[in-house]
Amino acid sequence: MTTVENRRHIGVAPVLDEYGGRRHGEPLRQMRPIKQRAASPLPSPSDWTFELVDQYHNVIRATAERYGLDTYPNQLEIITAEQMMDAYASVGMPVNYRHWSYGKEFIATERNYKRGQMGLAYEIVINSEPCIAYLMEENTMAMQALVIAHACYGHNSFFKGNYLFRMWTDASSIIDYLVYAKNFVAECEERHGVESVEKMLDSCHALMTYGVDRYRRPAKISLAEEKLRLADREAYAQQQINDIWRTLPRRADKLDEAAEARRFPEEPQENLLYFIEKNAPLLEPWQREIVRIVRKVAQYFYPQRQTQVMNEGWATFWHHRLLNQMYDDGYLSDGMMIEWLKSHTNVVAQQPMSNLNPYALGFAMYTDIKRICEKPTEEDRRWFPDLAGTDWLPAIDHAMRNFKDESFIGQYLSPHLMREFRLFSIVDDEKQKEYEISAIHDEAGYQHVREALSRQYDLSTREPNIQVWNVNLRGDRSLTLRHTQHLGRPLHESAQEVLKHVARLWGFGVQLESVDDKGEVSKRWSVPAPTQ
Amino acid sequence: MLQQIIDRRLSGKNKSVGNRERFLRRHKEQIREAVRRAVDGRGIRDMERGEDVHIPKKDLNEPVFGHGDGGVREVVRPGNTEHMKGDRVAKPPGGGGGQGGGKAGDSGEGDDDFVFHLSREEFMQVFFEDLALPNLERTQLADTPEWKSHRAGHTSDGTPTNLHVVRSMRGALGRRIALGTGKRRELLELEERLALLKHHEDVDDFEVKRMLAETEARIAVLRARIKAIPFLDPIDLRFRNRVRTPVPSSRAVMFCLMDVSGSMDESRKDLAKRFFILLYLFLTRHYDKIEVVFIRHHTQAQEVDEQNFFHATETGGTVVSSALVMMEDIIKKRYPRSEWNIYGAQASDGDNWHHDSGRCRELLATQILPMCRYFAYVQVAEAEQNLWEEYRKLSDETRHFAMRKATEVSQIYPVFRELFRKEGTKA
Repeated sequence: MTTVENRRHIGVAPVLDEYGGRRHGEPLRQMRPIKQRAASPLPSPSDWTFELVDQYHNVIRATAERYGLDTYPNQLEIITAEQMMDAYASVGMPVNYRHWSYGKEFIATERNYKRGQMGLAYEIVINSEPCIAYLMEENTMAMQALVIAHACYGHNSFFKGNYLFRMWTDASSIIDYLVYAKNFVAECEERHGVESVEKMLDSCHALMTYGVDRYRRPAKISLAEEKLRLADREAYAQQQINDIWRTLPRRADKLDEAAEARRFPEEPQENLLYFIEKNAPLLEPWQREIVRIVRKVAQYFYPQRQTQVMNEGWATFWHHRLLNQMYDDGYLSDGMMIEWLKSHTNVVAQQPMSNLNPYALGFAMYTDIKRICEKPTEEDRRWFPDLAGTDWLPAIDHAMRNFKDESFIGQYLSPHLMREFRLFSIVDDEKQKEYEISAIHDEAGYQHVREALSRQYDLSTREPNIQVWNVNLRGDRSLTLRHTQHLGRPLHESAQEVLKHVARLWGFGVQLESVDDKGEVSKRWSVPAPTQ
Repeated sequence: MLQQIIDRRLSGKNKSVGNRERFLRRHKEQIREAVRRAVDGRGIRDMERGEDVHIPKKDLNEPVFGHGDGGVREVVRPGNTEHMKGDRVAKPPGGGGGQGGGKAGDSGEGDDDFVFHLSREEFMQVFFEDLALPNLERTQLADTPEWKSHRAGHTSDGTPTNLHVVRSMRGALGRRIALGTGKRRELLELEERLALLKHHEDVDDFEVKRMLAETEARIAVLRARIKAIPFLDPIDLRFRNRVRTPVPSSRAVMFCLMDVSGSMDESRKDLAKRFFILLYLFLTRHYDKIEVVFIRHHTQAQEVDEQNFFHATETGGTVVSSALVMMEDIIKKRYPRSEWNIYGAQASDGDNWHHDSGRCRELLATQILPMCRYFAYVQVAEAEQNLWEEYRKLSDETRHFAMRKATEVSQIYPVFRELFRKEGTKA
């Protein structure tokens, strides 16, 4: 059994620019001036052609460069609706390993699409280098322009700039990795049978959201540094030696007790799949590799799950900004403008009282930051003294790079916006018969609403906190997971089913304890060792 | 920045076919059930359609850890027009509801089945799963006139169109290396020696001069020889080889024999028809080309087209052997057994002129069965009359003769499966 490394080093703070060596220059303070205004607008038929897409792309790129958007190279791909559904089905990736759940997804998408219940997304964009954007064949020219601006310059620059993506994803290798994963899984199916591979993948998928590292591991220290530290430790140990104490005989029973009490793992582990990959006693090497593959894919998508509002908002803000700029420069015809604005309006529509639309919220927030920079009110000066009256380009660049949804909202949601959205927060307490309105968009409530909304986007409150608690090393080798309740929220009853999957991976019995706010175990689930 | 627009529309259309296969495999039981139901309920004309399959959503669930209802939750919503801080709003009845879906979607009416469409191909796949053509000594190769040409390695001789350039060039390269290596090595040595000699301290010495001249001459010879190795030689050429192999005949003829005497009513005919259709569909999966011959009979046999076969009504007595005689004639005239795989299917209510049944058995045993791949008899009535008795003797003796009874529509498919089940699998 391998040892568990302590993956939660606090001491070493990551240097901002270390991630993959991707250093970025200073953001532009002002937009660069245009070299030459367009003599006449670009042609605007409703059907696109390759030449037209190319022409529009060139203009959009030039405009984006004037704003200093830093992107990966772009690769546009034209696909059919059916291929779009294919891409949908395999979580948006151009290649992926085979699994029945993707087949299910495809069937469901196809059915909805054919019945007309659902339009397909206009685009899919892949965080890879070059950044691949899918344009659908059915789209009109105006839509293609919108998609290019949105995906190739909005999302693309976000992928390249945001700290989470820099930290956790490697755009240049993801496609290669997925190709490897696909081949590996196919090979396993050939060797060990489709069914056993499927079982493995099912179990891993059940734990997929618990297969991510939430904190960055410290960079490995160099051998020289390691030696230096070793020398330090030895020197220190040498100082502590007291020969008199050393001669005292040890009490035998005490030693045993210590060994008995030693836990495994010594610290609770939150990355369940990692723990299983490294420690599950019975897994075959190929099974470990499958766990690893699922874990890697989960980690790749982890930043996307945490930056929905920011990412979509950023892309929406930029397609809006770029296309407007192009209109101002005389590149876009009026008809074109009306057409994409209509789609844009649909995208950022917000139904009152329903869930917040990430596109709407994100778009409004970036627009609001720009407003605060350019035309701050007295209130804005009070709330955002660092922002008011500065250049807006560096301001939103900073906002895009260094936050995730939770902190972005916590930092930038302004009272102005809360009033505009008429945000309010509702408390649903199980013990009360009624909902309570805890805060609304007024002077007394701004802080509260902002905090509540920020929490709402915090993955750690959205998903139950479940960690590896203990392994019974001296007994039946059973694994104990611990769920720590937050605000008394219980686990969903599907936990029992998930536990069966954990047991399949672990190979021995598995327990899950739910610990309430008082630190007492309030509920237990358990699954016996799978019989094989 | 390099920009590219790639047209992917033509490539990789059915990328998720593999995923779909796995999905179908996982839910085989439900799908098989749906197919069984569809076959029972369907009209004959549309037997080949696909089918919608319902699978309960709970069977498709992929469980993950999640929060259940309860505890304290705080949600931020937009669009407040009426509430002030501290307002209390009644919860909708039935617990969690309201916010984020809650229970409403998990039980009761909201729990729709997951429905998807099985394509025609997939439908047939499930339909005929585990079935095989019984005891086939597949048409003997000796008398098959059919050939298929396919690749078989490479030869050193062939037509220019079949030239394999890469292999030829590889051969040439190998030959050039092989022929030239010794010479080149010697050349290298001589050149070194030449260099040494040229820098010899007494270059004017006669002996040295002589050696110099010798070496130079030898170098010239070697150079010429290396140069003379041909770049491409006829022995380098490789051609793709194609050979013709005999293949089993892929043509089949199916004889449908049906009793249309007065005792065969519409519902019995319908049963017979279903059986014929199944057999036909099944054969289409095994043979490229299938012809169907319809022979109906009462006291006399008649070759008719499909429409008449199934729909025209006749009355009168029954002489089964008349149909068998006609089948034999037709085979002899039109379908030489060396070229055709012959299948026979007979449906009757078992009613026959009692002196005729023995003759039927004899005809089958001596004339027809030796020519057939398989002959199936389906009786669409319960009563076991003398025809059944006679045939029973036959089925004990012959392996490629089978007989079953089917009296209801729902029995046709099981009977069919039983007849054509693969050795060693359950029906």
